[in-house]
Amino acid sequence: MYVIVVGGGKVGYYLAKSLGEEKQEVLIIEQDAQRCRALSDELGVNVMQGDGCEASTMEEAGMGRADVVVAVTGDDEDNLVVCQVAKQKFNVARTVARLNNPKNEKIFRKLGIDVTVSSTELILSQIERVIPAQPLVHLLSLRNVGVSFVELEVLPGSPAEGRPLRELGIPDDCIFPLVIRGGDQAIIPYGDTELQVGDHVVAVTSEASADTLRRILRG
Amino acid sequence: MRVVIVGCGRVGAQLARLLLADGHQVTVVDKDSASFGRLGSDFAGEVVLGTGIDEDVLLRAGIEEAAALVAVTSGDNTNVMAAQVAKEIFGVPKVICRVDDPLREEIYRSLGLETICATVWQANHIRESLEGRGAGGEPCM
Repeated sequence: MYVIVVGGGKVGYYLAKSLGEEKQEVLIIEQDAQRCRALSDELGVNVMQGDGCEASTMEEAGMGRADVVVAVTGDDEDNLVVCQVAKQKFNVARTVARLNNPKNEKIFRKLGIDVTVSSTELILSQIERVIPAQPLVHLLSLRNVGVSFVELEVLPGSPAEGRPLRELGIPDDCIFPLVIRGGDQAIIPYGDTELQVGDHVVAVTSEASADTLRRILRG
Repeated sequence: MRVVIVGCGRVGAQLARLLLADGHQVTVVDKDSASFGRLGSDFAGEVVLGTGIDEDVLLRAGIEEAAALVAVTSGDNTNVMAAQVAKEIFGVPKVICRVDDPLREEIYRSLGLETICATVWQANHIRESLEGRGAGGEPCM
């Protein structure tokens, strides 16, 4: 597999290192000449100096035969352009972009970037796990189908407390496959199940309904 | 009409003043507050500090009511991203973006963006002027 990594910062460095260890063919494109030398000396992978957003650099890098292009510079706009040009001009099958602003995920997806990774978002989801006042934790996002697995805790004063699920007005594109009570009891709920304070509800929801769900359980 | 201009360099500031003089409502976005000095002390439009590729910044600039967005920062990638956010996310009816790299311009034009490449335009004009054909021809965009 031929992987082109655009951006030779820390993310690019460790990515290329890991891929190199897996015996994949890797090329890093980096603008800074000094950084290029350091990467090449340390990693022993192919490094090319140049602007990874320029079609001529991409051509020289053999973008046309790349299986995956990963854009991990520190600027979202650069990562977007790398992936768009790779897709449009060189027909690269899989493009992966690093995002700094998690809100850019929507536009990247709309513009055809296959995968986005946002460290801001990942760290945020870890913080959400430990802040009790935050009742919705993203467990998993299946972006291609617009569905998320989320976990919500029923807090004191929640409008859902003590009411059967069927009365809560849960959106059609959302189901509750599991309720965890007292930390160790797994309940497969049905319409008559009444939620209690402290219950952890695991929900499968469309991204559009996540906010509605939050309102129903939080008020 | 209401126009959002991303980038308050020479081009952006000049355009803002021209549009304002024509009676349009203008909001200029730039990440560097010092750049707003180019607009002059009598500038009657609005300015918003921030990067034009950030949805929240564009919302503050009134993108939802804008009839047009023009992206003219010195960064090609910033311009094409701002333009695509305006077009795809906010559905702004008229979006124009500056792309100085001719190759990138070609790609984004083929993707349906309305682009202006000052590099090609200037080179053509200078050639026409040198070869005695005058500079009055059609701008090559």
